[in-house]
Amino acid sequence: MSGAVLSIDGIGKSFFGVTVLSDVRLEVGAGRVLGLVGQNGAGKSTLMNIIGGNLTPDTGIMTLVGAPYAPANARDAEHRGIAFIHQELNLFSNLSIAENIFIADMPRGRGGLIDRAALRRRTAELLREVDLDLPPDTPVERLSPGERQLVEVTKALQLDARIVIFDEPTTSLTPRETSRLFALIGRLKAAGKAVVYISHILGDVEALADDVAVLRDGKLVASGEREDFPAARMINLMLGRDIEQLYPPRISSVRDDVLLEARGLSLRGVVKDISFRLRRGEILGVFGLMGAGRTELARILFGLEPFNSGQLLIGGEAISDITTRGAIRAGMSFITENRREEGLMMNVPIADNIALASLGPLGGGLGVIDDRAVVSAAAEFAAALHIKSGPIDTQPVRSLSGGNQQKVVIAKWLMAKPGIFLLDEPTRGIDVAAKFEIYSIIHDLAAAGSGVILISSEIEEAMAMSDRVLVMRQGEIAGEFSGDTFSKEAILRAAFGEEEKVA
Amino acid sequence: MTNSVSFPPGIARFSLPGAQWTRRVLLSEYFVLYLTIAYFAVAAFFFPALIEPRNISNQLSNVWPLLAVAIGQTFVIIIAGIDLSLGATMGLASVAGAVVMTSAADKLLLGGSPLWGWALTEQGGLLANHPWAVAVGIVAILLAGVMVGLLNGVFIARFKLPSFMMTLVTLMLFSSAAIWITQSQNIVNLPDSFNRLGSGDLVSVYFGDKLTPEIKRREILPFVTYPMVISLALAIAAHLLLSRTVFGRQVYAVGNNPKAAEISGIPVRRTIILVFVIAGFCAAVAAILYSARLEGGRPTIGAGSALLDIIGATVIGGTSLAGGKGKITWTFVGVLFFVLLSNTLNYMRLSAFHIDVVKGAIILAAALLDVLRARLIAGDRR
Repeated sequence: MSGAVLSIDGIGKSFFGVTVLSDVRLEVGAGRVLGLVGQNGAGKSTLMNIIGGNLTPDTGIMTLVGAPYAPANARDAEHRGIAFIHQELNLFSNLSIAENIFIADMPRGRGGLIDRAALRRRTAELLREVDLDLPPDTPVERLSPGERQLVEVTKALQLDARIVIFDEPTTSLTPRETSRLFALIGRLKAAGKAVVYISHILGDVEALADDVAVLRDGKLVASGEREDFPAARMINLMLGRDIEQLYPPRISSVRDDVLLEARGLSLRGVVKDISFRLRRGEILGVFGLMGAGRTELARILFGLEPFNSGQLLIGGEAISDITTRGAIRAGMSFITENRREEGLMMNVPIADNIALASLGPLGGGLGVIDDRAVVSAAAEFAAALHIKSGPIDTQPVRSLSGGNQQKVVIAKWLMAKPGIFLLDEPTRGIDVAAKFEIYSIIHDLAAAGSGVILISSEIEEAMAMSDRVLVMRQGEIAGEFSGDTFSKEAILRAAFGEEEKVA
Repeated sequence: MTNSVSFPPGIARFSLPGAQWTRRVLLSEYFVLYLTIAYFAVAAFFFPALIEPRNISNQLSNVWPLLAVAIGQTFVIIIAGIDLSLGATMGLASVAGAVVMTSAADKLLLGGSPLWGWALTEQGGLLANHPWAVAVGIVAILLAGVMVGLLNGVFIARFKLPSFMMTLVTLMLFSSAAIWITQSQNIVNLPDSFNRLGSGDLVSVYFGDKLTPEIKRREILPFVTYPMVISLALAIAAHLLLSRTVFGRQVYAVGNNPKAAEISGIPVRRTIILVFVIAGFCAAVAAILYSARLEGGRPTIGAGSALLDIIGATVIGGTSLAGGKGKITWTFVGVLFFVLLSNTLNYMRLSAFHIDVVKGAIILAAALLDVLRARLIAGDRR
């Protein structure tokens, strides 16, 4: 490959004696997009942190446009033309778009004071370039996740980067925002920038990348032009073994009795007139765009938000004023979309996390709790879900991979013996192999007679996993599709509304 | 928290020789205990008076009331809160009990009190010389502590006020109230049976000359005292509550992640309220011990740098200000260290101002240690 902007030769890195990268050789070409794929823990983020100056490699050298490149820190890397757009965005939500873009280098006027007019003018120019039609003074907290992503990219453009690294940029974007981002990446490419694109969504890599590199266990297992890497091959290389498909085969197990029923549930300005029934053994998919009210609906069902009108029936019994503890007593469980913030105590051992929703039953008379009983009860569920970990009574959840963390959340609820599972994006940020395991667990739950509400923003996931799919749009149910009438087009059309045509 | 691989650059430096040992000691949960023992050994070398029985007996009597109130602070810090009002609570509770029990009051000093003439006269308080005076007085002290805790807890849990703000307000409110009620005076003439709670001893040792015909009172040094028994009983109860009960688990869960706790069905508000009530109760127990020792109700027993001692001892013990982490045993060690520190600083003939400067610096060091430990633990993830 001629015209390599950055070449990496023999890069290796270990932490406390554990090798996380070894002998990685890679070239990033001008005007090309390199798709970097690999499971969680394969070393992608470590490699990018080395390029971005956050980490120093133990071995190997890097060359940037012909000159040796060994950044001392992130600022140094930035000066050399590396822009790193992190998975968790680094924007100050209380500041405006303009202030965020120029945070490190505000335009100065007389006396060293910030030249507000120039700040606004230059920001407006940059925003036009990325096709983001917003006033430069808009505070970032008012932007959607997709708009924030574009602001990050704008910030990179302002720095006049040579290489732009994207780390899982589309996890929280709507399809529309994603296509906007892709168009922008196309423009970066046309302008001769090199782009590194890290993603679990192989479809995106297929659509965007010119070159593909696959990492596994810290080693580069294959790289080359995109044409040679169909998705199936990428998966096999990432896993190091063959898997047949992304979703386990499913035999529907829907029974007649209704576990949960909503009749015209409404919360002003959030959801409107929601009615559905969840049967025993059923997996009910809920699909919708970001902001369609999916998560809000789950929070209402679980008693975290009140509802203004309508009725909620659990096991046929009407519940007028539902509280979270009431919902749990009635057999509900809620796996939230954000496991770090709402699902887990990150610094606490696995066993204590698993026991969290069952403390009452675990406590004997007088609320006395026996540590060993907690650990042995938790161990049972950790084993059943194949949680890969060290000793569960001492290892903090923080040290687990995303997939295993999610399994801890599931184990927590299994211990509480619920009959209804609300799953909000249960596979977000989880690698392919762990996703497959989570899907299998969901199937087992349904087969055992639980009712599952599966909220998803991945349409393939919703279709492959569910007996029925409810589509939400602007807080309302915009369509209902059952197994034999699934069609991607129809579901998307319902999600976007009639007036918008989607291919 | 950041992504799993972005390390602060400083971490790499810990791979020096001997670093492994340093890490182990730093990360040990009894680091402060080792530090206390080492400090005691070194200090005893420079100030031999430190290990004289009289000094040890004296210092122990300083340990017990501080331990009682620091236990309360430990609960609050575990839920990632802070209770600034504990000192003020002690003052208010002390006064509340004394007003009930006192058997005589001086009009010249207390005539301006809002209680004068009805609840407090020259013949003392409402239950002056009544056989139940001590029992009711103790109940009044405990009730005052619990009520302040309840007020704090309800506002913090119900209206989601930061505990710092709410307890700062109650600190101002109740320290002023206690001073107003007593016109800044101590309420003395408490029943002897109450005062014995502060000085009564179960095991004392005579260190004087064995051949002398009479034993001098001041040569008898108490070691096992009522305050020791009361404080240790409170500590053991608190330790069991935190480590062996559902409630204890709920306290840690609320401190670690209140959102996850709520979604998992933990009664978060009730837990917060109860924690502040426990803190108020502990402050009241400390108020009993101090008042009995001083033989009077004093509005200012928890004023000034007492708050520094209460927070300092807890934090030095290792209870993390970030919440979710802490133990009563740690706090016990922290209290021992703090009392030892004050003691040695006195031997160095430092002024009260200098002592506070040093104490402040030690608390800063403890807080830094907490951050350093968190980083080292974060580094263990790989």
